[in-house]
Amino acid sequence: MLDVYLNQIVSGVLTGLVYGLSALGLSVIFGVCRIINFAHGEMMVVGMYLALMLFRWAGLDPLLSIPIVGGVLFAAGYALQGGLINRLIGVPEHMQFIMLAALAIVIVSSCLMIFGPDLQNAPLSYAYDSYQIGPILVDKVKIMAGGAALVVAALLAAFFRWTYLGKAIRACGDNLTGAVVIGLNVKRLYALAFGIGAGCIGVAGCILLLLVDVQPYLATDYTLLAFVIVIVGGLGSLAGALIAGVLIGVSEAVAGLLVQPSLKSVFSFALLILVLLLRPQGLFGRQA
Amino acid sequence: MIRAWLGPIPPRARILLLIVLVLLLAAPWFVDTYVLSVLIIVLYVAYMGQAWNIMMGFAGLLSIGHALYFGIGAYTGAVLYMNFGVSPWIGMIAGGLLAAVAGAIIGALGFRFRITGVYFALLTIAFAEFARILMDNFAYTGASGGFFIKLGDPHAFDLWNLRGSPVMFYYLWLAFVIGALLLCRGLLSSRLGYFWLAIREDQEAAQALGINVFRYKMGAVVLSAALTAVGGVIYAFYNNNLFPATTFNVGRSVEMLLGATIGGVGTLMGPIVGAFILTPMGEGLTILVQPLQQGGLHLDGIKQVFYGLAVIAIVVFQRRGVWPWLARLFHLESRRDDRS
Amino acid sequence: MPLDRISRRAVLAGTSAAAITAAMPIGRAVAALPPLKVGVIHPTSGFMALIGQICNRGAAIAPALLEEWGYPKLDIRYGDTETNPDISRAAGNRLIDNGAQILVGAFDSGQTTTLAQAAEQRGIPLMIDIAGAPQITEQGYKFVFRNFPRAPDIVGGALTVHKQIFAVSGKVPDKCVCLYRNDTYGNAIKKALDAMIPKFNMPYKVVEFIAYDPQARDLSVEVAKAKSTGAEFVLAVSVANDAILLTREMVKQRWLPWAIAAAGPGWYDQSYRKALGKLGNYPISTVPWQDPTKARTKEVLATLAKKFPGQAVDSSTMYTFEALLIVADAYKRAGSAAPQALAEALRHTELPAKDTITIGNPKGIFFDAKGQVNGIPMAGIQNLDGEPKVVLPIGSAEAKLVFPQPAWQGRA
Repeated sequence: MLDVYLNQIVSGVLTGLVYGLSALGLSVIFGVCRIINFAHGEMMVVGMYLALMLFRWAGLDPLLSIPIVGGVLFAAGYALQGGLINRLIGVPEHMQFIMLAALAIVIVSSCLMIFGPDLQNAPLSYAYDSYQIGPILVDKVKIMAGGAALVVAALLAAFFRWTYLGKAIRACGDNLTGAVVIGLNVKRLYALAFGIGAGCIGVAGCILLLLVDVQPYLATDYTLLAFVIVIVGGLGSLAGALIAGVLIGVSEAVAGLLVQPSLKSVFSFALLILVLLLRPQGLFGRQA
Repeated sequence: MIRAWLGPIPPRARILLLIVLVLLLAAPWFVDTYVLSVLIIVLYVAYMGQAWNIMMGFAGLLSIGHALYFGIGAYTGAVLYMNFGVSPWIGMIAGGLLAAVAGAIIGALGFRFRITGVYFALLTIAFAEFARILMDNFAYTGASGGFFIKLGDPHAFDLWNLRGSPVMFYYLWLAFVIGALLLCRGLLSSRLGYFWLAIREDQEAAQALGINVFRYKMGAVVLSAALTAVGGVIYAFYNNNLFPATTFNVGRSVEMLLGATIGGVGTLMGPIVGAFILTPMGEGLTILVQPLQQGGLHLDGIKQVFYGLAVIAIVVFQRRGVWPWLARLFHLESRRDDRS
Repeated sequence: MPLDRISRRAVLAGTSAAAITAAMPIGRAVAALPPLKVGVIHPTSGFMALIGQICNRGAAIAPALLEEWGYPKLDIRYGDTETNPDISRAAGNRLIDNGAQILVGAFDSGQTTTLAQAAEQRGIPLMIDIAGAPQITEQGYKFVFRNFPRAPDIVGGALTVHKQIFAVSGKVPDKCVCLYRNDTYGNAIKKALDAMIPKFNMPYKVVEFIAYDPQARDLSVEVAKAKSTGAEFVLAVSVANDAILLTREMVKQRWLPWAIAAAGPGWYDQSYRKALGKLGNYPISTVPWQDPTKARTKEVLATLAKKFPGQAVDSSTMYTFEALLIVADAYKRAGSAAPQALAEALRHTELPAKDTITIGNPKGIFFDAKGQVNGIPMAGIQNLDGEPKVVLPIGSAEAKLVFPQPAWQGRA
């Protein structure tokens, strides 16, 4: 029985890394622009479809499409921020929520019209490969996905830590008034942040295509999941988002084994409630 | 007393209100069953919006998990009727109490741990989803297979057991919408209303003045939850079937707040106006799109695209809600301008 | 106004019908009947969109073919449940408001239950083409009819076929694990299994029942749990999407059960076979099926091949068609589109077996007091060489059963 749990934990960790990457994108948007991006899952689904199309037309492995999909979604996010989301700064949260929820509906339904309702996937040559290391049996796709997520997260962390732009964006998120005072072009930085967040989400979608088949209605689950992870990990902490992602991935896997699998999501929500109550800044967030 | 209530409403608005009321009362006589069913949905959305609005507008707490209270009410009323032969009116009281307790717990947790804004909203979503997944696996109420209320005679007029025709339900919903409206107006005109206004405008100042912020905020939360549950009971008896996946889900919560948000949060008429805009819009789009759907199967989803775009447009152009804008346009505001 | 559209249509139909009667010696009663307005409701958007569209293929070819066979004309309007039980009832009501005189639908048990309530409340007959939950015809409804087996019948048929599998192959598994969708149909099958496995004296023991979330995107935990039971025989209740996920996980986790026995749709679907290729071979589905030997079935298959080239035939298409055949037959006998008359005519349906499309009760199609057709046998369908083939009962077999299944690795 132990090796079953071990397998599930490994699997949970790898999948969790991908969840964590998607949460990273949300964390950037939430942390800097203070926007509750309820269209998060939908953006990820768009990323998945883009990767799917690139696979079909150009035979590109989804992992190789990362730069392209990331770029497209960055541009889209940048434009969206400037055109639409910008008007939401300072607007009460419920209006923000409705706007983004409506945007989500538009995206899902457009995907439905363009791609149809069926589950679609990219049949990779290594889709069914697995490695056996001792008692542990791991899918090749999960290893690739987890690895890619780690690499992208690391790149993002480096960007925010060491580049001027990255620090400027963080400044906007940390202290808006201060940022304005020192002369940062807040509007442009907001748009950049939203673009980066969107790009990150798109990349996560690319990677997710390795693990999961895409259909338009996939999105809602992932939006909620990303929010749970961001809250649990803590706002503003990139490492926190990844670690929380892994935590959620593992808890779902183990919970499914312990109790009825149809109850496994209960644990994620229970974790969210506990964190909100006991440590609202998240496991790694700064004190609110 | 009626004069006191009607006082602040300008004559124009009074006449308009009267006309609308007469039309609504007479509607079943000159519309067909389809339009009647749409009107029932409008009234249901209006009532739910009003209930939700109490928590958002009076206590300032964004809840995207109101489906929890709705589901509690619906299932309580249904189970008490089917398994214990209890009238749904008693069920409303029971469901309302249970939902009030749930709301109190969530509200208290929010205050105690100082959770506000979007964090609080996520907390409410978490509780609702939690309930949904549990109910999906709870065999006593049919789990994911659903819970069904035995059909009555469609031509009956059994108000005690809520077994009857759509016309009966139409008037029932209308009565509840009007009742909620009167209740909110009454509350707002009372001392309670002033406390709520103070808390909304400047919570710290209100606290400094000695207003027990916690108590009044909690009052709004509990009232909102209880009213939502009551609506849930009526919904259950109108539809005669309940599934956790469509009763406790985020979509249901969003449906309840969409009308109020579009119409104008914190206003009295906002949720009602919002309901009258959104529901016909949705139905109209469905009808417009129907000829396409007969043949072109791949255009499924086009109605939702237009619906979403319309909502975005409304939010972008009327960020305070449609009702305040309409009220200004037609000079319908009451003399206390944030209450109408 | 919809009403005007309908009366004009009826008048036009009536006039042309009169003209035809004058010109040709077809049965007078048939030609004089105006087209019956039938509302066909399936999930054509949402999660089950694909199977709903497949069902509607049966409705697409029905009016022309049925008219050729001498039945009255059907005027079909479509409704979409959006894979949602609430919307299903609304769709039904909308069709009725637009003049539908009888409804057909809805594939999914949850969506069909709410539709049945709506139909009964409005006093319009509902002819259920596909839906397995038993409670739908246990409510004492007078306007609901079903030409599809209920979960207990499906389970009874399945258990019988399982015994045949073991008898034919000579291999008998000890342990069985059941993976089922946590929805109305899945729960109905599970309940039936609980009740009937002891009565049937099955040689295997079901060591675990694993319910999974119908919306699940990842079933690795469920498959891991199932694998850890050590069961050789898998009983599955799914739809195509879950079936694909489950199979993929089994391959990746290197778990080869002797067979996957499905008590429902999904495992023989074209989308499943296409998605998995050779890895999609060998699941055995115990489901009601069309009878390829009947004359009318052959005509339907030919018409489908012409109208939807390249699309494999799904039994769902055939059941929707058969439902419309029953409706047309009832209308012919009733001579009137009044709901009571239609309901009565349906209640007295006696379609001889040779005139039907599916394997069905050997005595033909007739309803009991609850509006249910009984005695529908299950066929054992196995995916072989990418096609679903009847392998059991031996008497009707098109191909030879393969049990236990060969390794995953050899195939792809």
